[in-house]
Amino acid sequence: MPTVLGEDGEILNTLAVLPALENELFQLPTGDTISQILSMLFYVVFIVFLFYGQRIQMYVMIREVEGSLYKLKYIRDEGRKTAIETIKEIGKTQTDPSARVDRYLEYFTISPQSMDPAGIVYKLDHILDVRDTRLKDEVKLMAPAVDEVQTNNLENTLEAAMALNYIYKVVRHYYIQGKKTLSLYTIMQLQMILPLVMKEAEAYANALKAFAYGQPIGDGAGPLLAAKLMHGYEVRKVPKDCVVATVPIEGRTALVIKAEGPGGNVGKPGDAVKAVIDENNGQIASVIMIDAGLKLEGEGVGEVAEGIGAAIGGPGVDQFKIEESISQYHIPINAVIVKEDIGDAVSPMRKEISDAIDKAIERVKSVILERTKEGDKVIIVGVGNTIGIGQ
Amino acid sequence: MSKTASAPGTAKISTFVLLTVLIVLALSIVALGMAANAFLTGQEIVAGYLAVIGAIAMTLSVYVLIQSRRHVANIKIANPAMMTTIECRKCGFKNVREFQRGDYVFKELESCQKCLDTKMMITAIYKEIKEKEKQYPF
Repeated sequence: MPTVLGEDGEILNTLAVLPALENELFQLPTGDTISQILSMLFYVVFIVFLFYGQRIQMYVMIREVEGSLYKLKYIRDEGRKTAIETIKEIGKTQTDPSARVDRYLEYFTISPQSMDPAGIVYKLDHILDVRDTRLKDEVKLMAPAVDEVQTNNLENTLEAAMALNYIYKVVRHYYIQGKKTLSLYTIMQLQMILPLVMKEAEAYANALKAFAYGQPIGDGAGPLLAAKLMHGYEVRKVPKDCVVATVPIEGRTALVIKAEGPGGNVGKPGDAVKAVIDENNGQIASVIMIDAGLKLEGEGVGEVAEGIGAAIGGPGVDQFKIEESISQYHIPINAVIVKEDIGDAVSPMRKEISDAIDKAIERVKSVILERTKEGDKVIIVGVGNTIGIGQ
Repeated sequence: MSKTASAPGTAKISTFVLLTVLIVLALSIVALGMAANAFLTGQEIVAGYLAVIGAIAMTLSVYVLIQSRRHVANIKIANPAMMTTIECRKCGFKNVREFQRGDYVFKELESCQKCLDTKMMITAIYKEIKEKEKQYPF
């Protein structure tokens, strides 16, 4: 029989004590007791939040970042898997390309020193050329049997996987740093930009399949427009990785330029425009550039807008070269953009964007009619990645 | 053939959090029991207090438990259906089919089913998004 000691030392029978204990423990509190408990609770919560509020807020943010990091890790791993599977499938390789893909994913590019910025554009151009050649060589080593189009598509697939790997690593870096230093501001900054980072990562994840299968992406709006204009006309190559066709439009002669498709390729429109202007001794009435433009929230996908300037993204080398060429001969430059968001730009082309191309062609024609005279020569440049778009 | 892939949900939850949640859950059940008891003995005010405290504690603990186990459950990598439009430039016959590897815009395909002497051509490749975007008053 279990026993316990009473207050005065006498040994009590446990079974006899239990009903008394039950009464004490489960006796219903009165209204006063409840009020006292609630006030006590309030004070405790107040004091805890007074001293540890910021830390609690930080833990909540860390948990949020942690959740996004799990997602990023999953997306990154899927990207790597897709890249390896595509190389195996297209390249029909006997060896496992995983190790080489992992090495590829870690490649970096160091931009040129800008302390003395004179001539930096051409230095950057050279670095980008070396990078491009190196990455293409790597793809050929991974899949020696593939043709030029597939090499470009594989390179784009690996670049998307590389972007996902980089995003994951940067977010992980700040997460660990924030946790190590328990710095609210590090975690807060990370948590604030996370929605945008996640949107971009998800867009790249969607782009992977598009690149792997050679499907047109939203960024291909410019090349698609140029391809529609030049289709059926004789096409010749211009530097670098671009094609040009001479097309009669509205009584004018249009020299239509785009990157050479249908492999994933943006070409170097800067060099192409310069070459065509030089060929014509600067006798060009206008340069019209067509590109995918980032839309603001609230604007519709596929809206067409018109403006002035060199409509081209990227590191700025091609924009610089185009601006330099047109300034030399005082050639007016016009731009037509097809609006879409960053997710649409790198993921398979939406129907709205594909349908918007005819509207954009009409806009280009109206610019030609309004801004040039009959018999003039104009350059039309379709800027963007021409994956999945021939000519 | 719209497909989505989901990440496996991680069952990672710290022991400390789990223990705290379980204690709060147990206390909330006790509070609700006491509320019922108080109501039966005619102490409505006490019963009300206890019921509110019990309900809040139970809701919070269940919420934290569910949230902790739902780290990655909903990540989706969309693989939307891609469509290829094929047209005959001569008779205008149009056909839309699913995208096949190797398709590209302006690729020439087999002869037209109607005119027979003209080759069909891919004129568009696109994805259709069916879900409507949220509308705002501005």
